[in-house]
Amino acid sequence: MSEDLSLKEMQKTWHGSQKAYAIGFIVSLLLTAASFTIVGLKLLPPSIAIYVVSALAFCQAVIQLIYFLHLGQEDRPQWESLVFYFMILVLLIIVIGSLWVMYDLNARMMPHMNMHMN
Amino acid sequence: MTKPLLTESTTPYAPDPHQDIFSKTTLGFWMYLMTDCILFASLFLVYAVLKNSTFGGPGSQDLFSLDLAFAETLILLCSSVTCGLAVLSAVQNKKKHVVLWLLATLLLGGTFLTLELQEFAHFIKEGNSWERSAFLSAFFALVSTHGLHITFGLLWGIIMIAQIMHFGIVTMTFRRLTIFSMFWHFLDLIWIFIFTYVYLIGVL
Amino acid sequence: MFGKLTFEALHHENTQNFAVIMMMLTGFGIAWYITYKKKWAYLWNEWITSVDPKKIGLMYIITALLMFFKGFADALMMRVQQALSVGDSHGILSAGHFQEVFSAHGTTMIFFVGMGVVIGLLNLVIPLQIGARDVAFPFLNSLSFWLYASGAALTLVSLAVGRFSDTGWLAYPPLSGLEYNPGEGVDYWIWAVQISGIGSTLSGVNFVVTILKMRCPGMTLMRMPIFVWSALCAMVLVLFAFPILTATLYMLTLDRYLGMHFFTVGGGGNMMMYVNLIWAWGHPEVYILILPIFGVFSEVVPTFSEKPLFGYVSMVWALVVITFLSFIVWLHHFFTMGASPNINAFFGVMTMLIAIPTGVKIFNWLFTKYKGRVHFTSPMLWFFAFVLNFSVGGMTGILLSAPPVDFQVHNSLFLIAHFHGMVIGGVLFGFFCGFTYWFPKFTGFFLSETLNKWAFWCWFSGFLLAFMPLYMLGFMGATRRLDHYEASTGWHPIFITVAFGALIILAGVCIQIYGLYKSIKDRNINRDLTGDPWNGRTLEWTTPSPPPIYNFAATPIVDQLDPLWAIKRGHAPKPVTVYEDIYLPHNTPAGFYIGVLSLIFGFAMTWHIFWLAGISFASIIIASIIRLWGEDVHECIPAAEVQKLEEARLKESL
Repeated sequence: MSEDLSLKEMQKTWHGSQKAYAIGFIVSLLLTAASFTIVGLKLLPPSIAIYVVSALAFCQAVIQLIYFLHLGQEDRPQWESLVFYFMILVLLIIVIGSLWVMYDLNARMMPHMNMHMN
Repeated sequence: MTKPLLTESTTPYAPDPHQDIFSKTTLGFWMYLMTDCILFASLFLVYAVLKNSTFGGPGSQDLFSLDLAFAETLILLCSSVTCGLAVLSAVQNKKKHVVLWLLATLLLGGTFLTLELQEFAHFIKEGNSWERSAFLSAFFALVSTHGLHITFGLLWGIIMIAQIMHFGIVTMTFRRLTIFSMFWHFLDLIWIFIFTYVYLIGVL
Repeated sequence: MFGKLTFEALHHENTQNFAVIMMMLTGFGIAWYITYKKKWAYLWNEWITSVDPKKIGLMYIITALLMFFKGFADALMMRVQQALSVGDSHGILSAGHFQEVFSAHGTTMIFFVGMGVVIGLLNLVIPLQIGARDVAFPFLNSLSFWLYASGAALTLVSLAVGRFSDTGWLAYPPLSGLEYNPGEGVDYWIWAVQISGIGSTLSGVNFVVTILKMRCPGMTLMRMPIFVWSALCAMVLVLFAFPILTATLYMLTLDRYLGMHFFTVGGGGNMMMYVNLIWAWGHPEVYILILPIFGVFSEVVPTFSEKPLFGYVSMVWALVVITFLSFIVWLHHFFTMGASPNINAFFGVMTMLIAIPTGVKIFNWLFTKYKGRVHFTSPMLWFFAFVLNFSVGGMTGILLSAPPVDFQVHNSLFLIAHFHGMVIGGVLFGFFCGFTYWFPKFTGFFLSETLNKWAFWCWFSGFLLAFMPLYMLGFMGATRRLDHYEASTGWHPIFITVAFGALIILAGVCIQIYGLYKSIKDRNINRDLTGDPWNGRTLEWTTPSPPPIYNFAATPIVDQLDPLWAIKRGHAPKPVTVYEDIYLPHNTPAGFYIGVLSLIFGFAMTWHIFWLAGISFASIIIASIIRLWGEDVHECIPAAEVQKLEEARLKESL
């Protein structure tokens, strides 16, 4: 369609750069190494390790969203960001809500019969 | 008589200044990725609920190897970077580089998949297939759904290489390449949560 | 070679044999008629391969109406059964067949009628109302339709080959699991729903992008018609709810095909988790069905009251709040599954909250009428019936949202009366309203208004007679899905009464069929020549009836709500038509082929004919690759030709 964007115009909108991929790569690498080291070398007790490793995962996710997926860098109106935030909201509701419900239901299901059945 | 393209400069009150196919396709594919997030979230949720339902069989502490998970993670991360570099090469109109970086991405992806399948084969041989317990069902379903997405990505990547070689870097192939890269980055994003919540926390 | 499929699958009970024969006669009849009129090429070129949302929308509605006959036949069978099957008599259906009938009824009505009419209306109206020529992804639109049709077709095939599911419209495990239901029924259900579910998800993507990105100049979000807002909210719900359904059905499939233990009794499975997940989808689903209907009323009521919609901003906020709240109420569908009081209370309160924005909307429609000049056309009659029935149904919903009450009437006929009030009184009446309102626009001629009104009164009175007594039956202890009961319950007279209600509805349906037939026969006498028969407010009424394939000769520019009224009342300048080149996507058979291949795939998977499943799946991939190989070529209508077409049309209408 002659009315649509040309290749050059499309290329100009691209947000990636060597620097962005390098930063994304190195930071992700560091965060990954940190997670594996903490768990592999048992540097923290499990109850704390869970939260630390989770936090590292979320940080890496944010890094990859920004540096690889270029979230937030699109032109206005930023529909991609809006849909992403709404997805996160729905995801949290469904996951937290369901975990709450399932945990509660399991707890009320005669726990002594819930143990490993052979 | 042709009307000028609806850009900000010609119609300042156009509700969305970017009504071209590239913007629409990018947004549409992004929305599909959002639905895929919810799909994976459901699988993660089920995994969380069934994680301890080992039915007398082995649990996550007994089965998972951190070395393997680390190797897989690094390989996938590298493939995500090579994919980004493929798109960059397309921005710079370097057709040969695009194909090479894509090949690197696919090779790394294929290696990842091979390692994963080897892990599965190992579990199955030991009698710990998905039929053993709800925990193993949830594990296999979650990880292999990611693996199926990777497989589909590999097929897509091969077709991208074919299209780039046949058509060169034109609007159509550039658009599709950027969509492919979104998909591939997204798979690495999901993997972050798999290696964290399945392997790392599984071993704790 | 043929998996589990044997000739035994063609062996049915007498009532089923009759149904199969009727279905095949209908199918052959239609095929013969098309052959007789020599219309196969026309059908292929103009409809089957079309990517025009106006055509696709009509196909959705036609398919939905065809599926409605099946679902309604199921309903009549159930009503007759329940009226006859008392004490020593066991009615006309065996228990097993009855289970299949209510399962098919629910599945058909929700997935193939409800979703079909909603997405059909969206296809017809949305591009026109936002001043666009098409949806964002025309091929994807076609594909969505054919996946939906494929799911519907699979359900029809299940009537003739083997048995359909007997586990209700949601197939709870462990009954739907491999151990208790190894047969093909549940698998038919899984694939029919899964395949059409993918189509729905793709429609969600398509319409959200269309509404966000393809509005004409000047149409900011707050100048969109409320129907467009309601579609946006409904499609956002589709985007985020349907993946849960996909995942859950996927897990049930893994249980049944690979022996996994998600929902099994042994192995550590958790069947309560299925109920939780399926309703986390299921509740947004019912809002997906009703929100566009709310949108329909927001279009019809102001037009037939000659007054702008009261409280536009509050209508938008009500829609957004309902969309959000619909994600946090799902547990009210299983209060009795045993969660603690805190959880039940939380979800009960959230459910009650949803009544507030819903009430705002109903009041706003009524306030729109206040001091307006109300025309009592048949769409308005449907609206009034909706207000009564949906409100009553909604209020019983509030009753149900209190867990202690729900514990008494969960899964009783009280519940059935409630949700039928919502889906018939709400979704179906609203669809009939919209169908009647927009019919002249898309066909170019009018439906017989007299017959419309006769049909309405049959539907309205029939619905009341068929469903209001069910509330009583629920309180008297009658449970749902009951194929036989004792005379001592005292339910028999009421079951007979409600069966008559169903017959009155049947009369209404027959009048509607006859009305359609007669209107089509008389179409040349009843042409809509102006394109704006109701003194409309929105952009679709600026086009001729039916609109040309490109919708608008020149992209409209708006600067306020109700743009057409603005022009007519002199608040906005008359648009100056500047002709431009118009690019339209080519027709393609790919959507149809993938749909057919999906049908084969679903059938093959159901019967464990894995080699066929593999081939059809691979063919789908190959078809997609072929379709997506080259650039999507567009057809160009040069500006000069558009001008010629428009001037010819103007001359014709004068």
